[in-house]
Amino acid sequence: MNHNQPVYTDNDPQSELVTLNLGPTHPATHGVFQNVLQMDGERIVSGVSTIGYIHRAFEKIAEHRPFYQITPLTDRLNYCSSPINNMGWHMTVEKLLNIQMPKRVDYLRVIIMELARISDHIICNTIIAQDTGATTTFLYLFQFREHIYEIYEEICGARLTTNVGRIGGFERDFNDIAFAKINKFLKEFPVALKEFESLLDRNRIFIDRTAGVACVTPEQALDFSWTGPLLRATGVDYDVRFSEPYSSYQDFDFEVPVGTSGDIYDRYLVRNAEMWQSVRLIEQAMEKLKKEPAGIFHADVPEFYLPAKEEVYNNMEALIYHFKIVMGEIDAPKAEVYHAVEGGNGELGFYLINDGGRTPYRLHFRRPSFINYQMYASMSKGMLLSDAIINMSSMNIIAGELDA
Amino acid sequence: MAKVTNQEVIELLNEKFGSKITDVNEPYGLLTFETTKDVIIDVLKFLKENTLANFNFLTDITAVHYPEKKHGIAVVYHLHSMVKGIRVRVKVYIDEQHPTIPTATSVWNGANWMERETYDFFGVKFEGHPDLRRILNMDDLGVFPMLKQYPLEDPNRVDKKDEYFGR
Repeated sequence: MNHNQPVYTDNDPQSELVTLNLGPTHPATHGVFQNVLQMDGERIVSGVSTIGYIHRAFEKIAEHRPFYQITPLTDRLNYCSSPINNMGWHMTVEKLLNIQMPKRVDYLRVIIMELARISDHIICNTIIAQDTGATTTFLYLFQFREHIYEIYEEICGARLTTNVGRIGGFERDFNDIAFAKINKFLKEFPVALKEFESLLDRNRIFIDRTAGVACVTPEQALDFSWTGPLLRATGVDYDVRFSEPYSSYQDFDFEVPVGTSGDIYDRYLVRNAEMWQSVRLIEQAMEKLKKEPAGIFHADVPEFYLPAKEEVYNNMEALIYHFKIVMGEIDAPKAEVYHAVEGGNGELGFYLINDGGRTPYRLHFRRPSFINYQMYASMSKGMLLSDAIINMSSMNIIAGELDA
Repeated sequence: MAKVTNQEVIELLNEKFGSKITDVNEPYGLLTFETTKDVIIDVLKFLKENTLANFNFLTDITAVHYPEKKHGIAVVYHLHSMVKGIRVRVKVYIDEQHPTIPTATSVWNGANWMERETYDFFGVKFEGHPDLRRILNMDDLGVFPMLKQYPLEDPNRVDKKDEYFGR
């Protein structure tokens, strides 16, 4: 069957249905998504999603790369919160290698992962507002995403595809400017978020457009394997950070916000509440860091942690380890491991099979956007086109993660 | 909710399916076992509906290609019991020449795209699947690209041969 042909075309010449190609490059879809819709006026009768427009065969490429070279591939999954993907991958390999991180590294990771979660939720929530016509809120909160990117820049030098950290820790310690910027962010962001909420939470137009639209029951959500804010908006309190804590999340005091009806308004509220929780987590992590010995930013595992360049040039062992790591000659156990982290959109899982070769034998990404998106076409049935657009924004489908 | 251990889950399964459950182990604490394709849907249904185990959530379906094995394609299911906080990995090895297996869409609707992806990359035909088409690759690709016989890089490259690294 050809993707370019609408699948459920109504061939009846008397039919009054109109076939509408929503996407792949429609300004309202925020990414390359194609939905072939059968429309009765403004209402969607049926739809078929076509995906894969930016498929880059990451799983195949990963079978030809040593572990440390796979980090840049994970950047390009959910590029709105790359650090979470990077850390998830590092933690998967560390689980395989049985490496324990020092607490300070865990807390640094929590800081950067929560910053990434905030930036991911900022994008989603401001775009819901944008698509309902509220441009001010979009421009207003979006500058904080810029501030988060400046923090990334200070930590790793990159903004979007961060490639931050190494297997076994970070490539360098957070510098003073980074900490100063995080502190500044913690001071300024809650004020802006409060204002953002006061602009939208009780806004009549916003509520009319979002409340009661695209309701999902917890049973449906679980049946379709939803995770993340979408699942929590339906009332299921599943969060990987809480149910299977990684990176010392068990040391932190935070809540898992849930909604009740699973509609767009609840998803918006859940994401906002999660941003508050993320701020709380970063604040706690900053406090905890003060009690940890300074200067530790990686575990003491020279055989797995890529050494600094000056070490490589001046030190025999470092040169040997550098060569072995770069060529993928590390002694990793022959085993398979599944590790999940709570990404911006839900459970981001890495299923890694190592057979002792230089590269993974198989690496599979469990991508929440891919799995969440499959309900979209059936959800859209009977919906107004304009509601379907906001529904897509509120699902926060990231094309890179959808297509891998 | 009372937690349930890997041991209890495997006892339940052994009681119900006996010798169909093989090769049980726990890499990194995650209960893994193999079963056969004639009972896979029963196993999944049993795990989902059993009140003690309660694996209500299908995390993932994927496949792995082992060209040197007799049954060269392993279809791998990851299930999760959110209530009991336990995961399980179920593997089914199927014949590479005739890769067919019953669909899990009868148990979870979410299996639909996961199976389409597995079909797209490994050619596994899920019998009874409502819409088994390619999903990420183009329709006229002609091959199933994640199979190991399809190399990624130019096979004429000589700088990455194993012999240079003492393998």
